[in-house]
Amino acid sequence: MTMTQRHVYLDHNSTTPLHPEVIKTMKDGMDYFGNPSSMHAFGRQAKGFVNEARERIATFIGALPEEIIFTGSGSEANNTVLSILGCTATHCSCDREHKPRIVTTTIEHPCILETSKCLTGQGTGIVYIDVDSYGKIDMDALREAVTEETGLVSVMMANNEIGTLQDIRAIARIAHEKGAHFHTDAVQAFGKIPINVHDLGVDFLTVSAHKIYGPKGVGALYVRRGVHFCPMIHGGHQERGRRAGTENTLGIMGMGKAVEMRALEMDEESLRMQTLKQALKTGIEERIPDVWFNGHPTDSLSSTLNVSFDGAEGESILLYLDLEGIAVSTGSACASGSLEPSHVLLATGMPVERAHGSIRMSLGRENTMNDIDYVLDKLPRVIDRIREMSTVYGRK
Amino acid sequence: MSSHQSWAYTDIVKDHFMNPRNILRDDDYQDDGKGIVGNIQCGDEMLVVIKVDKENETIADCKWRTYGCASAIASTSVMSELVIGLPLHEAFNIGPKQIASALGQLPENKIHCSVLGDKALRAAINDYYLRSGQAGKVVKEVARIVCTCMNVTDHEIEEAVLDGARTFLELQEQTKISTVCGKCKDEAQQLLKDYVKKHFAPE
Repeated sequence: MTMTQRHVYLDHNSTTPLHPEVIKTMKDGMDYFGNPSSMHAFGRQAKGFVNEARERIATFIGALPEEIIFTGSGSEANNTVLSILGCTATHCSCDREHKPRIVTTTIEHPCILETSKCLTGQGTGIVYIDVDSYGKIDMDALREAVTEETGLVSVMMANNEIGTLQDIRAIARIAHEKGAHFHTDAVQAFGKIPINVHDLGVDFLTVSAHKIYGPKGVGALYVRRGVHFCPMIHGGHQERGRRAGTENTLGIMGMGKAVEMRALEMDEESLRMQTLKQALKTGIEERIPDVWFNGHPTDSLSSTLNVSFDGAEGESILLYLDLEGIAVSTGSACASGSLEPSHVLLATGMPVERAHGSIRMSLGRENTMNDIDYVLDKLPRVIDRIREMSTVYGRK
Repeated sequence: MSSHQSWAYTDIVKDHFMNPRNILRDDDYQDDGKGIVGNIQCGDEMLVVIKVDKENETIADCKWRTYGCASAIASTSVMSELVIGLPLHEAFNIGPKQIASALGQLPENKIHCSVLGDKALRAAINDYYLRSGQAGKVVKEVARIVCTCMNVTDHEIEEAVLDGARTFLELQEQTKISTVCGKCKDEAQQLLKDYVKKHFAPE
């Protein structure tokens, strides 16, 4: 490849580049090294930065600053919420008589599904709610599954692979009617659609910085005031005793700035994403036969497009596009080195062979219509090439 | 951006992936033997066709089609180059190890993508023997049951190793072998060792 090769990054659901304003904030922030727990001037200054970021995030989702706990990632925040039900710490203020049942879905992120599996080993019952072909959860099944025994319902707001949005307000109401707490993993929705925790009626909500042009290694958990909480990481009194460990001050400052910029740009950007996504979708439909678009046609993130190509395997598509400078991700098994394709695509009832041939293109703020044109120029040739050597496409 | 650094495969794999050799493009190709193995539902399917120089019993031409990942495409491509000109009995013995080494090695979790190419080739050679009235030469790969309780064969142990099983526990997780009476444990452990050596020991 030449040095001047064009690069089009279409993997924003995986991670995003830092916003230029975030870079500025973090560069400046490197001069402040104080420990926010220290009482002296250095510490107070650092604490000021952390609290400023906390306020910004709280305001952005309609919460109070003391309802926000900084974590090391979205995965940590999700693990923390589930661990409350498995709390066995003898000195914990919890009564350790948590209701032993979690209701979640088949399309959650692995950090919910794998943690749930661990809890099953500890005696917690887990119920997985199925989704329809668009990735929407079965609300009747949810109503049936949530009982007086249910301690927690956890349903993601937007799916990372297909972008489908759930009716979080209705789901929270169903959970609360039976006295269960409700958690939503909002990592993919945060900063892309408006979120108000009171309006939605959630008890716990997970967000992450690096999906919204902030730094990696920092996330946050909203815990509604008055809801019982047990920490997962024990130690010092940071985060009001809810998450021990010296704060990632630089990351938190970056996250605060990223949220500030999202608050300014989100509305306009999400309209622009919608236009780009539509152009990409229409362009693919016009240029490539035998394609399938996955996820909900309307209740979906405006920046996520998941598509399957008959007779073409996902990892091959990804790597041929990579050679053209285009970055996408795939639900194919081969890319991950496992044998099973994406659990999300399979949960929507998609045939296995179609799941093997799927790619996800997730748009972001630096993408332009020129990028879409470039992809629409390269992608049909890549698919043609793969289909030409395929055993299964267009054969007698 | 120095993308070449992040390429998950060797330069040879990349070359065969970008410029695959001997793709079967002609739907009316007159083959002497044809083998198709794998399953699109598992993510890999390969078709291998051969023309045989009947006087010398060598492979005169080998063409292929593959549905699969970069490893699968590159493996079939490099195999087609390896076997053209080879006597049938030599080509029959080409295995994943030779293919991987001709590619300058594959990532370990991708070895299983390279095992279908030689399987399809053996199927094509057997097909040639059948079609040319030499049924006696057909070599059947008969599986032998090792674990009678769970009905696990030596082939399944080999598949499990190619799919990543290295310890007896991993082998049990994948195949459920030796989870009932345990009589086959010693043999199963030996086979595990043998197959790991066969596919993953350095030359």
